[in-house]
Amino acid sequence: MTALGKLFRTTVFKLSLAYLCIFAIGAGLVLGGVGWNVKKLIDEQIGQTIDADIRGLAEQYSEGGIRQLVEVIQRRTRRPSASLYLVTTYAGVPVAGNVAALPEQVVGNTGLVEVSYQLSGEETPRHRALARVFVLPGGFRLLVGHDIEDRETLRGILARALVTSLFWLVLIGTLGGAFVARRVLKRVDAISESVRAIMTGDLTKRLPLAGTGDELDRLAESVNVMLERITALMAGLKEVSDNIAHDLKTPLTRLRMDAEQALRARTSPDEQRAALEKIIEESDGLIRIFNALLMIARAEAGTQPEGMSDFDVSEIAHDVGELYEALAEEHGVTLTVSTDEPVMVHGNRELVGQALANLTDNALKYGVPENAEVGDRAVTLEARRNGEAAELVVADRGAGINPADRARVIDRFVRLENSRTRPGSGLGLSLAAAVAHLHGGELRLEDNEPGLRVVISLPLSHAAPLMQSSPQLARAPLELRKAS
Amino acid sequence: MKAMRILVIEDDVEAADYLVKAFREEGHVADHAADGLDGYAAARDSDYDVLVVDRMLPKMDGLTLIAGLRAQKIETPVLILSALGQVDDRVKGLRAGGDDYLPKPYAFSELLARVEVLARRKSFGSGEETHYRVGDLELDRLSHKLTRSGKEILVQPREFRLLEYLMKHAGQVVTRTMLLENVWDYHFDPQTNVIDVHISRLRAKIDKGRDMPLLHTVRGAGYMIRDSAR
Repeated sequence: MTALGKLFRTTVFKLSLAYLCIFAIGAGLVLGGVGWNVKKLIDEQIGQTIDADIRGLAEQYSEGGIRQLVEVIQRRTRRPSASLYLVTTYAGVPVAGNVAALPEQVVGNTGLVEVSYQLSGEETPRHRALARVFVLPGGFRLLVGHDIEDRETLRGILARALVTSLFWLVLIGTLGGAFVARRVLKRVDAISESVRAIMTGDLTKRLPLAGTGDELDRLAESVNVMLERITALMAGLKEVSDNIAHDLKTPLTRLRMDAEQALRARTSPDEQRAALEKIIEESDGLIRIFNALLMIARAEAGTQPEGMSDFDVSEIAHDVGELYEALAEEHGVTLTVSTDEPVMVHGNRELVGQALANLTDNALKYGVPENAEVGDRAVTLEARRNGEAAELVVADRGAGINPADRARVIDRFVRLENSRTRPGSGLGLSLAAAVAHLHGGELRLEDNEPGLRVVISLPLSHAAPLMQSSPQLARAPLELRKAS
Repeated sequence: MKAMRILVIEDDVEAADYLVKAFREEGHVADHAADGLDGYAAARDSDYDVLVVDRMLPKMDGLTLIAGLRAQKIETPVLILSALGQVDDRVKGLRAGGDDYLPKPYAFSELLARVEVLARRKSFGSGEETHYRVGDLELDRLSHKLTRSGKEILVQPREFRLLEYLMKHAGQVVTRTMLLENVWDYHFDPQTNVIDVHISRLRAKIDKGRDMPLLHTVRGAGYMIRDSAR
């Protein structure tokens, strides 16, 4: 498409053309109306003047007959810029007057007519006039006319004004439209060019802003914000895939080595069996990582899982506390559960339970130093209401996490140096955070002075608790429920 | 355990062959159907103890197949295998009429334990007994009383339910995930072997100092309560 063609096809240019047409028609109507009204006004005045003149002359005639009339007319015609007069006989032979030639049919007509005339004895061009013929008693005809060249001149001026104004209107309109269209086109072109550059992979580019705050600027701003978000997500994705590559390849390498070990010729059947068992163990670990990653991805995508219901987080705290209590005791850790009255949340009980289990597992693994004092060998689970939020808290009295590391540690696969040597995938916190986000809540890491407090904060549900019962007996076994 | 008739409806031939072979090695009778329509016809026309159904099948998907059977009043227990393995996938599967759900990949020991539990439920019905007895260990659900050789043993409520589930399936292997699902009603993977700790506590209460242990660990699979004297 040529540059001009592109210009003509812009919305702005088409709009300008449409407005131009509307204004041109408007201007034509206004000027035409003015012209027509002026002509009508002038014609009326001339008609009245002529009628008055005729009445006067008719009186002269009735007073002094044709002689007096001729005298008066001759006197009048000698005045400069006199009206037109002509007196003829019944047969149309001129008797007196200043009009040289008059078309025959005009004389026979008695209404007000527009005629073209020439003054007698002059070689002037023919003029136009309004005239009226009056039949005098006795058969003489009296023509009184009035030059309308002034009116014609006015009409000419108006017509010229109309043409000129239309000319300028069209010219300025077209140029103005083209100018505005070109400006808009230039900005749109700049935006498209940036978008094309971004599409080819340069995500650092941003749309240009004119700084006028107009609608194009606002659009460009929104697109830029969107690009920021996409860039951040892409960066996150890249980091995650790097981490996945590392954290999945490590167990895969071990798995492969175990398989090679089992196949080696000099391996005894017992060693082979041990190697195969290790392979299964390693692949179970890999499956676990995969499942956690899938769940995080799903939770982050924000698709609400099925199986959402209203449930009591206090009950979950008791369940998880009970599940881990035996393990805690084996580690010499006191696991305490403290809860408010029922704290209802709408969500997926399974996911929230898993998140809390992960946090408890973390606390038992990393929150209790080997050489801790008896009083510090403690992990607390709490479920409580805090304003409009339901909070599940897991607190330990261990080394805690440096404030600088707190945001980072929620990321996938991030494991702080002192925990690298212990088993774990580095996904527990990310999963808990993803579950919190999925429910419209958040995960917070706080200082327990000493130790770490992890808080899952979820929006409260306003549903009333179904029944208040001891947590141990709150649910019948699954099989019982299915049978009913 | 008497031989079960198992129908495996799975389109992955390699996986199906492995399953059929493994079930036969365990002394069961296993057949294979490679797509949804064949599987539906076989399940409708012959009497199986358990159906093992893949979630995604050619010609007719697993959930439609189960819903079709249930509509025909065929109540053969169904275990769903699924590669999806998400929380709501389990919900959908059970809602369609499945009785149990196992995400892929799974351990055969896990599958076998679950299939055996389902088959037994079919032959004995799902009705609950009020009194269980294994050897000289007796559990009464009504009075919440646990005795061994007539002597009462005090356990926590959750331990009571753990033992109740084990005794209900006495002589059968019960896996850790089955215990987590049925005693705690959670389906996630607890990472650490929390269940093992609960079992060893329970074992200390019922078997400690006895010549005849009842609670056994089945290596690589799970646990079983069994009267080894018989």
